[in-house]
Amino acid sequence: MPMVDIDWLKEHVEVPQGLTYEQLAKDLVKVGLEEEQIHASQVTGPIVVGYVVDATPEPQKNGKTINWCHVDVGDKYNAVDENGNKVPRGIVCGAPNMAAGEKVVVTLPGAVLPGDFRIEPRKTYGHMSDGMCASERELGLGDNHDGIILLRNYGFTPDEYEALKPGDDAMHLLHLDQPILEINITPDRGYTLSYRGVAREYHHSTGAKFTDPVAELNRKAPDLTGVAAGTPSDIEVSIEDDNPIHGVPGCDRYYARAVHNFDPSSHTPNWMRRRLIRAGMRSISLAVDVTNYVMLDLGQPMHAYDLDKIEGPIVVRRAKAGEKLTTLDGKDHDLSPEDLLITDSPNGKHGSRILGIAGVMGGLYGEVTAETKNVLLESAHFDQVTIARSARRHKIPSEASKRFERGVDFALQPAAAQMAAELMTKYGNGEPSEHPTDVNNTHHRRPIHFKADEVRRVAGLDIQVNNISDILTDIGCTVAGGGNGEFSVTPPTWRPDLNEPCDLVEEVARLVGYDQIPTTVPPAPVSGAVGLTPDQRHRREVANELAEYGMVETLSYPFVGDADYKAFSYDADAVKPVSVEIANPLAGDRPFLRREVLPTLAHTVQRNLRRGIENVSLYEIGHVYLWDPNAPAIPALPGGVKPTEAQLKALDAGLPDQPLHVAGILAGKAEESGWLGVHRDVDWSDAVEAVQRISDRLGAHLTLSQPAAADVPTQWHPGRAAEVLAGDTVVGMVGELHPHVNEALEFPAHTAAFELNLTALFATLDGKPVQAKPISTFPPVKQDLAFTVPDTVSAAQLEAAIRKAAGDQLESIQLFDVFTGDQLGEGKKSLAFSVVFRSADKTFDSQDSVTVRKAVTDAAAELGAQLRA
Amino acid sequence: MAQSAVFDAQAVTAAVNEGIGKIEKASSSEELKAIKTQYAGAESAMTQASKAIGSLPADQKKEAGKLMGKLRADFGRAFGAKQQQIKAEEEQRALAAETVDMTLPIRRKPLGARHPLPRLMEDVEDFFISMGWQISAGPEVETEWYDFDALNFGPDHPARQMQDTFYVKGNQAKDAAGFVGSNMVLRTQTSSDQVRALLTRGVPLYIASPGRVFRTDELDATHTPVFHQCEALAVDKHLTMADLKGVLDKLAVAMFGPEAKTRLRPSYFPFTEPSAELDLWFPDKKGGAGWLEWGGCGMVNPNVLKSAGLDPEVYTGFAFGVGMERTLLLRHDINDMHDLVEGDVRFSEQFVMGE
Repeated sequence: MPMVDIDWLKEHVEVPQGLTYEQLAKDLVKVGLEEEQIHASQVTGPIVVGYVVDATPEPQKNGKTINWCHVDVGDKYNAVDENGNKVPRGIVCGAPNMAAGEKVVVTLPGAVLPGDFRIEPRKTYGHMSDGMCASERELGLGDNHDGIILLRNYGFTPDEYEALKPGDDAMHLLHLDQPILEINITPDRGYTLSYRGVAREYHHSTGAKFTDPVAELNRKAPDLTGVAAGTPSDIEVSIEDDNPIHGVPGCDRYYARAVHNFDPSSHTPNWMRRRLIRAGMRSISLAVDVTNYVMLDLGQPMHAYDLDKIEGPIVVRRAKAGEKLTTLDGKDHDLSPEDLLITDSPNGKHGSRILGIAGVMGGLYGEVTAETKNVLLESAHFDQVTIARSARRHKIPSEASKRFERGVDFALQPAAAQMAAELMTKYGNGEPSEHPTDVNNTHHRRPIHFKADEVRRVAGLDIQVNNISDILTDIGCTVAGGGNGEFSVTPPTWRPDLNEPCDLVEEVARLVGYDQIPTTVPPAPVSGAVGLTPDQRHRREVANELAEYGMVETLSYPFVGDADYKAFSYDADAVKPVSVEIANPLAGDRPFLRREVLPTLAHTVQRNLRRGIENVSLYEIGHVYLWDPNAPAIPALPGGVKPTEAQLKALDAGLPDQPLHVAGILAGKAEESGWLGVHRDVDWSDAVEAVQRISDRLGAHLTLSQPAAADVPTQWHPGRAAEVLAGDTVVGMVGELHPHVNEALEFPAHTAAFELNLTALFATLDGKPVQAKPISTFPPVKQDLAFTVPDTVSAAQLEAAIRKAAGDQLESIQLFDVFTGDQLGEGKKSLAFSVVFRSADKTFDSQDSVTVRKAVTDAAAELGAQLRA
Repeated sequence: MAQSAVFDAQAVTAAVNEGIGKIEKASSSEELKAIKTQYAGAESAMTQASKAIGSLPADQKKEAGKLMGKLRADFGRAFGAKQQQIKAEEEQRALAAETVDMTLPIRRKPLGARHPLPRLMEDVEDFFISMGWQISAGPEVETEWYDFDALNFGPDHPARQMQDTFYVKGNQAKDAAGFVGSNMVLRTQTSSDQVRALLTRGVPLYIASPGRVFRTDELDATHTPVFHQCEALAVDKHLTMADLKGVLDKLAVAMFGPEAKTRLRPSYFPFTEPSAELDLWFPDKKGGAGWLEWGGCGMVNPNVLKSAGLDPEVYTGFAFGVGMERTLLLRHDINDMHDLVEGDVRFSEQFVMGE
């Protein structure tokens, strides 16, 4: 994001003396330009101007030649000889461009350069080197490390250069001591990717006087009005767009201006180089630096061609299928028919040679080089979408494309070319042409019909009509009307984001200040039920119940992959086709979304165990994602229009099912009471209890059904897993994990788990209030009933049979003993229940006891259960 | 003794006094019981003397009866007092014997805990419920239309490219910009529920939609690819930015205490106009109270209302979104996002069930 240099900002707006970067950041954030960071200076001195008195080349054994130099760094910093006289410092310098008579930049002992590079006197190549002559890279000024900085090449005028004295502070000279403000630009405010734009916003924030540089430049640019068609110009240009996107031409203005007899040996002036470098750009050559400088200053991306290498006409056209281009950065691109190209016409072949992808990046041919004498400046206006797509397609987010895709002022092109031409004239002795080419198909902007009352209706601000008009005028709009509180507002050419009345409301509100908007709290007259929905309440109940049961709630990322499938004994080939797959996953080995919570929850358990926590009982409530490979493709629909019912259905039909699940894993000790002496390992029963507690809390009447071992899913213990049912609906599984899973995940043996589909479970709840039974005050009768039962009969089956047979008279039933043994015989077990009978309307007498007991034993007998004596 | 049923006042008085003397020296209820048997039992001098009164001459009976009444009362009083004293002492000894160290650690079942993030989201839900709003939710795997197009992020909108979106492979279609895709994403923002809620619930609409969102940020101290937001959306006639500010201030107070307040800074979101960044005045900020970025907000862009088939000339609305992780980090002085997402029980256990 852009850097704001106060020194540069001053060119366009009157900033107060002594403005700090902190204050600048505060001023800009008020109008919506957010501070990213104030970059502090990375360099501390002393760093001074030095005059090279002598430089003696000394060839070294390693083949290098170093210079043993004496450098005058002024009285304050010079060395002292044995007689107490100030003498130049001795410095060893390996740079090839070191020579006597140069003025250089000397970093003296005590200085600290970027990267915490501390300068100290040091013995090297047989001399005591008492400082260092610095290159640009060493000072953090750029990439150049070919040699040291020679100040005569640094863009000073002869007088300025003459005035540089040994010992002068080079920190200030090179602005090394200045911080700089980096700001964030929202995507709608492309014009603030320029000093022109930031200066205008500074004016809006503070009222400081702003002068738009474009007005003056337009005055000086060649006036092409009234020039007869066919009059020769710098180059013929033809815009031929046969594939506009959304019907918008890729280029609606192409302005080209030549600068002749440019001196290719000229240097970029120091001030410009300094500003470019501080903006984060490299200094390359005067011609390229000037185009970059104009872009940063005005916001118009430009391109500089070697006019002698290109042959008119320049043709702006879309790429043809199969065309290729190697861009300046050396990368090859297969071009798309949507790419807009700048081409020229060698040997009369119209538009046959590709010079670059318009507004994105140039190609290898046609660029200005160190030999270029005649320059052609391209200052064009390209369509935002065309440029955005090309930059996205070819992955070239260039400084130019960044600006074009956010929208560039379509009236700026002549002024930008004028500014560039002036700079190339001043610093490169060029001669700007007075016959630029301007193919201009831009249209005037459509005025916005704006009711002043919108400011009150939307922003809640009561602002006088005159003030609204003044504000809109100040941001560059042309405002007409206003008598009846309605305006016709033509937004400025640099604000493509202003199209609707609400856009103008925002401009007024932000310039008045959001803090001026009053504060009210609206009533909320919604229709339908208020409060949490039953499902929302149930979700909380499940979460709270499990925490109260002693489990810890966690959240995991839903991403899974082969390693998880393997650990959890999934058949990956079966799971992947029904899993949602991410096209650009963060971790390439986990591109799928989970279908169950357990595999990702298992990671969390594993992490805790690996961190030395031994007893880990965790639960997670979250969504799972069930991909239907036969789901229809989802259509692309435009925004701003309500889709038809059929279209809305088509949107949802393609989405995967995403039910809410809860899963729990219990590992280690279920009870660990320390000195109290209860130490119990987790097993299947702890998971079953968790499920039962959920069931009770929700009033869900969940039951378990234990499949035959062969039918148990592979991740579960074949003899210790059951389906959880709500009525006839299977809503989950509970039991112990398969030992293979425990082994793969390094879980303790008998780790227990459960997973429930809450969406399905909640759907089975009728939500009706509990119907209370009357409480009997007659005395209870307690009996213990022990049965010998075939192994194939489950406790739940027998209990259900007893409940049914006993009917209303049964108050409670509890299984209190289970055992198997030789005395029972092969394939048998004993189940003993403690039952309480109580009648609602009389004392339960011995006859009643006999009757109910008979009913119960008869029912048990049907399951093959014998009452034991 | 038995046959000598002679009333001897001196002897019986001496015997009873001896008994009283023993009572006073007794130290256990057993001893006391034995003394009672000895001095007041059937064979005792006192009982025998009472019986002997019958054989006294009539004129002596009254006097003897009086004496015996006194002796019996003296003995009974001494016995009662001692019995009470001994019982109290014995009880004290028994209780002393049962004394335990009440500071011993007791935890038979492990202590469970809610994760603070869903708990926070419940607090936020309760805030909106208390204002009479409804709680909504949208799918996490979402169509691009609801996540972007309906919210005025056109297919070529620069902001759409800036969202670091997870794209979903799927049944291939052409997206709106002509690129091949499934038109499906992991939602980048809970704002994806805005148009869903408008279409399914209609207006006037006052909803909060808390939930999980996804961006392709690597996990570090301040970022996580899977995080949580709460979207709030109100659409009605006559709503203005003043109403937005009012609700934000109330939410800030609910989350951060009575001194909290909010500030709006101009910004840009495709789905709001005017748009603002939401700053929170956080009284308990480390190093002193100050403003912190909390979320984004604004007035619903007319194009969003149009996506839901509403007339922006009639309806206005406001929307805001706050990051739940950010809220939690601020509120609980959590310095590292890793702690929030890793599920280390030591983290959640600090919160137990609540605040």
